[in-house]
Amino acid sequence: MNRAIDFFLSSTMRWLLLALAVVFPLVVTSEYLVYVMALAFVWAIAVYGMNIITGYCGQLNLAHGGFFAIGAYTVAILTVDHGWPFWPAFAMAGVFGAVFGLLVGVVSLRLKEHYFAIFTLSVGYIIYLLIDKWEELTHGSLGIINIAPPEGFGLVDFTETVPFYYLVLAFLVFAIWVTRRISESLLGRTFRAIRISDDLAQSLGINLMRNKILAFVISTVYAAFAGGLYAGVVRFIGPEQANFIHTFDMIAYLLVGGFGTLMGPLAGTLIITWLTQAVQGLEEYRMIVFGPMLVLLVIFFPKGLVGTFLSWRGRRLARQAPRGTREPRTGASEPAADQSQGARNNA
Amino acid sequence: MLDIRNLTKRFGGLAAVNDVSVEFPANQINAIIGPNGAGKTTFFNLVAGAMAPTEGVIEYKGRNLAGEAPDAIARLGVARTFQTTMLFEESTVLDNLIVGHRLRTGSNLWDVIVNSRRLKADEKRCREKAAETLEFVGLSHIGHRYIADTSQEERKRVAFALALATDPELVLLDEPAGGVNPEETDGLINLIHKMVEHGVTVCLIEHKMDMIMRIADKIIVLDHGEKISEGTPDEVKNDPVVIEAYLGKEDAEA
Repeated sequence: MNRAIDFFLSSTMRWLLLALAVVFPLVVTSEYLVYVMALAFVWAIAVYGMNIITGYCGQLNLAHGGFFAIGAYTVAILTVDHGWPFWPAFAMAGVFGAVFGLLVGVVSLRLKEHYFAIFTLSVGYIIYLLIDKWEELTHGSLGIINIAPPEGFGLVDFTETVPFYYLVLAFLVFAIWVTRRISESLLGRTFRAIRISDDLAQSLGINLMRNKILAFVISTVYAAFAGGLYAGVVRFIGPEQANFIHTFDMIAYLLVGGFGTLMGPLAGTLIITWLTQAVQGLEEYRMIVFGPMLVLLVIFFPKGLVGTFLSWRGRRLARQAPRGTREPRTGASEPAADQSQGARNNA
Repeated sequence: MLDIRNLTKRFGGLAAVNDVSVEFPANQINAIIGPNGAGKTTFFNLVAGAMAPTEGVIEYKGRNLAGEAPDAIARLGVARTFQTTMLFEESTVLDNLIVGHRLRTGSNLWDVIVNSRRLKADEKRCREKAAETLEFVGLSHIGHRYIADTSQEERKRVAFALALATDPELVLLDEPAGGVNPEETDGLINLIHKMVEHGVTVCLIEHKMDMIMRIADKIIVLDHGEKISEGTPDEVKNDPVVIEAYLGKEDAEA
């Protein structure tokens, strides 16, 4: 039993997932499905960003969709109106994500808990209004078309779905890798201490503002890069992109997967994306399916699917370990204690 | 160690702490007692920097802490525990303690991304510190257990360990024996003595009078934010002002 559980958290599992992702476009014949998966990956990258500020650091940021839009519009405006190639524009998306993240963070993070959430909700809406009304810059409600795709330098053509899928996959893997580094390190522990309580974190000598701003800026950079990729694949964007609906979608992804877990953002995004595909025939009525499912999930898996699995496994191991220390029956009890820590961080 | 002069905190018209002056010598157990609402926790919050005082000086090792940020005060060597123990429930005891030594490390985001040598050294130091403090509070055997599966007394000990992991010289304990049974209280008393033996100055708030009278070297009594008495347990116990403050309001043993 333990073996089966451990397998889910092993590096073999990680490679297996990656391998599945790599062969996915080769097995699936429909280009449309590959496209849906690529878009899901793009959103997953943004959700990973949200996970840093909201999941690890505990600050519910409702402007996240706005930063996604900032990234998308940076790429769109620079490539269409200023003739930049995609890659430098994409890099600028990250820079703008960081700069705006810093500006918004410095102001909004002075507020705590729901005040912060409400403030960021307003920030998200202001970003939407700016995009919608500032026609000279953003083309207003017309949106921007013909955004430059990522250049393949003659090697690959990223306007094709499959190469773009691999490009997005590479960014996703990188995003997860960085998250994992943060999560396992002292920095991740610092963020989690803030999530427990501001007072506790401060009493441990943690500078609240500096660390919250850092987490916030990391998250907005993730969002902006995801937005930049989105602009590169869809090649059309409008003010709808900054609609706060997207922020709440991302919260739903996190809720399903599990706040503050490493694989939760990916699991949640994929599950909801494919469920949405599956019930697309219902159109507007699909919320009748989603609503009850989300309610049930929150009741029975309040920590999300990944979070619930991890805490179940962790406590299981913790209970088994003392028995093992008295009579080392398998010899595996010692690492088991270590693993329960490693696993928390890994998964 | 801690020299407090004319410390005052007003919330609007109400003075939660009013013109309190007191000196807490190093390497001993100092206690703050008083009826509910006397301003004890506010007093702690002022010393730890969680609130800025309206007036007064908090001199710690020759330096005025009044108005300093709480994290800066923690780095200067003042640690605290809270009335309600706040820990990461979904994690093991040992895992909870590692962040305690974070303030003595300097790794930043870049170190984290490139997994630098400095980060590795910092991580190692923090883990060692966590194991060391866990050993100190006598919980090495449950380091792997989930916080959610530990008892109230064990949580209190973990909270002590977390405070100690910051390498403090002064520790402020807010009701260290709150919600803990008499036998376990004795264990915590021994632990507090052990902290003092290892060169830590302790300052605590407690409602358990028998415990205070047994362990405190010095007691100050607050009532309505004002210091009404100070001295050794015997002096305080026999002070008519203290007896009046307690018996006039609620039944207490002192």
